[in-house]
Amino acid sequence: MKSPPMLTNKDVRHAVLTGFWFMFLTFPLLVIKVNPTEQTVTWRWANMLWVGGVSAVIALACRLVATRRAGRAELLRQMPAQTTHELHPFALPSRDRLIPLFGVIALFFIVFPFVFSAYQVNIMTTALMYVILGLGLNIVVGFAGLLNLGYVAFYAVGAYTYGLLHFHFGLGFWAALPIGGLLGALFGVMLGFPVLRLRGDYLAIVTLGFGEIIRLILENWREFSQGPSGIANIARPGLFGIDMSLEHSLVYQYYLTIAIALLTIFVVNRLRDSRIGRAWFALREDDIACQAMGIDTTAAKLTAFALGAAWAGMAGVLFAAKTTFINPASFTFMESAIILCIVVLGGMGSIIGVVAAALILMLLPEYLRAVAEYRMLAFGAILVVMMIVRPRGLTSQTRRIYHLPH
Amino acid sequence: MHPLLTVSGLTMDFGGIRALDQVDLRILPEKIVALIGPNGAGKTTLFNCLTGMYRPTGGHMALTPPGLPERRLHGLPPYRITAAGLARTFQNIRLFPNMTVLENVMVGRHCRTTAKVFGAIFRPAATVREEQETVDRCLALLERIGLVDQANEYAQNLPYGAQRRLEIARALATSPKLLLLDEPAAGMNPQETVELENLILSIREDGLSILLIEHDMKLVMRLSDHIFVMDYGRMIAEGTPDEVRRHPAVIRAYLGEVEADA
Repeated sequence: MKSPPMLTNKDVRHAVLTGFWFMFLTFPLLVIKVNPTEQTVTWRWANMLWVGGVSAVIALACRLVATRRAGRAELLRQMPAQTTHELHPFALPSRDRLIPLFGVIALFFIVFPFVFSAYQVNIMTTALMYVILGLGLNIVVGFAGLLNLGYVAFYAVGAYTYGLLHFHFGLGFWAALPIGGLLGALFGVMLGFPVLRLRGDYLAIVTLGFGEIIRLILENWREFSQGPSGIANIARPGLFGIDMSLEHSLVYQYYLTIAIALLTIFVVNRLRDSRIGRAWFALREDDIACQAMGIDTTAAKLTAFALGAAWAGMAGVLFAAKTTFINPASFTFMESAIILCIVVLGGMGSIIGVVAAALILMLLPEYLRAVAEYRMLAFGAILVVMMIVRPRGLTSQTRRIYHLPH
Repeated sequence: MHPLLTVSGLTMDFGGIRALDQVDLRILPEKIVALIGPNGAGKTTLFNCLTGMYRPTGGHMALTPPGLPERRLHGLPPYRITAAGLARTFQNIRLFPNMTVLENVMVGRHCRTTAKVFGAIFRPAATVREEQETVDRCLALLERIGLVDQANEYAQNLPYGAQRRLEIARALATSPKLLLLDEPAAGMNPQETVELENLILSIREDGLSILLIEHDMKLVMRLSDHIFVMDYGRMIAEGTPDEVRRHPAVIRAYLGEVEADA
């Protein structure tokens, strides 16, 4: 057996260089402070040392983790073929160990509204909506490999479906939810048809355009959508006509969102391990081979667009019911980018990863408010570090392991 | 005996370049047929036309499985051609690298199974049965190519020779009548080539026909019942291995013109 991996001189040099590089990068932001009213410049050199020191330590830690991992991979290779399977780097811990963990998480989410304030519950509800959105986009981007930068359009379709149906016909939340999903899917197919022949960058640009078109229509077609002033006084979700106080309503929405998020996880999980899911993955991996294996890529792409967009439509209905007010400003490209971030950070095609990433990405900025000044900087730094440490996302997608007869 | 595959007058133009020029091809059931020719002769282009990857400029293709009516192939999209009974492998391996070995083969069953979105979500008994049947069949195929122990391994982690065999298993999973192999022995060592040879022979015994492009002439001459030779997009010769070996056009294509006054 080999000795444990050590850090070499080269690694230390690398870490020091990284420190200097970060000092240089953050110099204008963190060191120079210009006060325009008093016309003074303060030089905060201590900040620079902090940045340099911390980034050097982090870089060193990264190298240590990397060498250790390489060592473990080497160990794996030396083992006989039979046992490597249990140490498979992609495999999740066994089912028995996961059940208590899931129990604790479930308990946390159940008691959450009784322990924390209404404000926290509200934030968590929003985060859970992004879980739904992330999982929906995961079908399109993660499973089928179709880069979609206009996903927010379907979110907007769902929100306006409920907003307008309620405004004109007084339709309730529960009636609007399936309609929002269906309309989302319909718009998904509408986007799908013209982009069937496109791939990669070109697909991304067209979907980006589609997202903007929907937003611009909502902004400018006043007779239809009331333009930038939006639609107000949308009803919150009802429960058999019971009158609820605002606080109770918030808690109800929280559980409702959890229920729909769980439904999403269930459905997406089943889709992944199905005949259709395999077709999507095949499409993502190699579309020429996919066609040659007898898969109708047109149908596969359209179902991916439709099923992905349906969740955005439903999340849109939830959003409209939660905020009771919608206008086009909520559906900018930034939203699409955040949802895409969730999918990429979580790991393309991974369900647990996307759920975790949605919670992290939505909750982190809220709780970083304590360090308000550096909130977005810290947020960006965390994203960058994540992508360096785990370039394939929080969890690389795990494929289903089939039981082999012996 | 009625030919399984009939190709007549197949022509493929890329702009001003004629890659295939009036190609005729007939393949009988349960035969191993080789397609040879110098580089750039149009062999892979012919494969791409046969499988619908390219839409031929002109000509006819038809598949007639024994005991079934003739099925026109030209103008069909690739997935319909695969469903009709033609499956292929690729010259440069095109597996699904981030799917498991078993899943790669299961993708091949796609056109023989029917579960839709409803089936995927609610898993009615019919879907469960279909999935189980798919898994069983695919494991049997993996058993046959000796990869059943690596069934849950990612395809990208397999050694080269195993990847080539896996591509064949994936093509077989589509239950084809005719299997098209594009340079299956490329890059294989002698041991792997012998295994491949046995695999191809066993596939013929199952009642399939095989059309293979191959540069390993020893393998081609040993294996083939019939050989077609292409050069510059034309079919220049055909016959049994012995006939082709002595054919003057073939010798000219491979060795060049003999100077009359040399």
